[in-house]
Amino acid sequence: MTAAVVEGLGTALPPRRVTNDDLAQVLDTSDEWIRTRTGIVARRMVDDGVVTGDLAVEAGERALKSAGGQGADAVIVATTTPDQPLPNTAAGVAERLGLAPAAALDLNTACAGFPYALATGAGLLTAGAASRVLVIGAETLTRFLDPGDRSTAVLFGDGAGALVLRLGDADDPGAVGPFDLGSDGSAAEILTLSAGGSRLPPHRDDLADDDKYLKMDGREVYRHAVRRMAESLEALAQRAGLDVADLDGVYAHQANSRIIEAVADRLGLPRERCPVTIAEHANTSAASIPLALAAAPPRPGDRVALVAFGGGLAWGSALVRWPEVTPG
Amino acid sequence: MSSTVYERVSTILVENFGVEADKISADATFEDLDLDSLDLVEFSLAAEEELGVRIEDEEAEALGTLGDAVKLLEDKGATPGEG
Repeated sequence: MTAAVVEGLGTALPPRRVTNDDLAQVLDTSDEWIRTRTGIVARRMVDDGVVTGDLAVEAGERALKSAGGQGADAVIVATTTPDQPLPNTAAGVAERLGLAPAAALDLNTACAGFPYALATGAGLLTAGAASRVLVIGAETLTRFLDPGDRSTAVLFGDGAGALVLRLGDADDPGAVGPFDLGSDGSAAEILTLSAGGSRLPPHRDDLADDDKYLKMDGREVYRHAVRRMAESLEALAQRAGLDVADLDGVYAHQANSRIIEAVADRLGLPRERCPVTIAEHANTSAASIPLALAAAPPRPGDRVALVAFGGGLAWGSALVRWPEVTPG
Repeated sequence: MSSTVYERVSTILVENFGVEADKISADATFEDLDLDSLDLVEFSLAAEEELGVRIEDEEAEALGTLGDAVKLLEDKGATPGEG
């Protein structure tokens, strides 16, 4: 049976590191509070003028190199923070990577972007629409944070990560699948960035701060995230004919160490099988899973589940038989 | 054996949050039990699943003691079930 197969991994982080103590100088918060509630110690932030596409190009270039430098004929950029509404981010990234006229599309399922993008990439391959796909998660969420809102300003960071997929066989090392994807639009209001679309076009001059910045109901997000990611992992395991306990590793979206621990506990998985790499990255949304794969790499041959949850609501998971791969 | 709502809540605290059983009393605050705001969200998730009643966020925030939580759960229709 044909399947998408991972053959390269690359990541990119902006150089500027901002610690909890740095933020505590301008916000009513503390290093201790942030660490115990989230596991975050520091985050990387882009400087003015750096866009999501810049990070995507850097991560994409490294992933292509890691895959052996054979290029790609499709590029997917999973992002909630595109360079602009039009044109999409992916076409410019493809151009800058020398991949034009590759198929290029953006995909927005917020923090759940990476599993969705992997499933989409696998679909392009098995449909015969592409032979090698560069799947990038890239975000600059710190550009959209209300600097005075301590409930969000401390949580997010910028970064990008990418995998290269080629068409191969389901038995190959690196084979991706099955997948489990889902959404629930009834709880849309718990995670929003409202301005800039057709509901509130950017030219309006009556935009409120709540519309211009990322807004989050942290408790509700926590509640849904724990439940949906645990359920998605159970569905994924069942689809793969496995027990959740058979998973060698679970690479969960790095939004909050407490959420990851709660998911592990709920599924009866040892916490050490669920790497937490949030300390230096904070929540990088669609980029967090490839960043986690690079920071705490699975062993070749491990059966790892990638699972994410984000605004929408949206969630998804993907199974990968981790291959021998050296990050580029 | 049937168990009271208080006993079932105590079991959740011991099993899910590692609270020492001898620290649990109706007068204990969640702070006494070393539960912070995120633990409270998870406590309400567990209570929802085990007892079939939902604690809203505002209600969770307003909870002072364990006794308050048990009363809230009982008022919302949680019934002592099979323990």
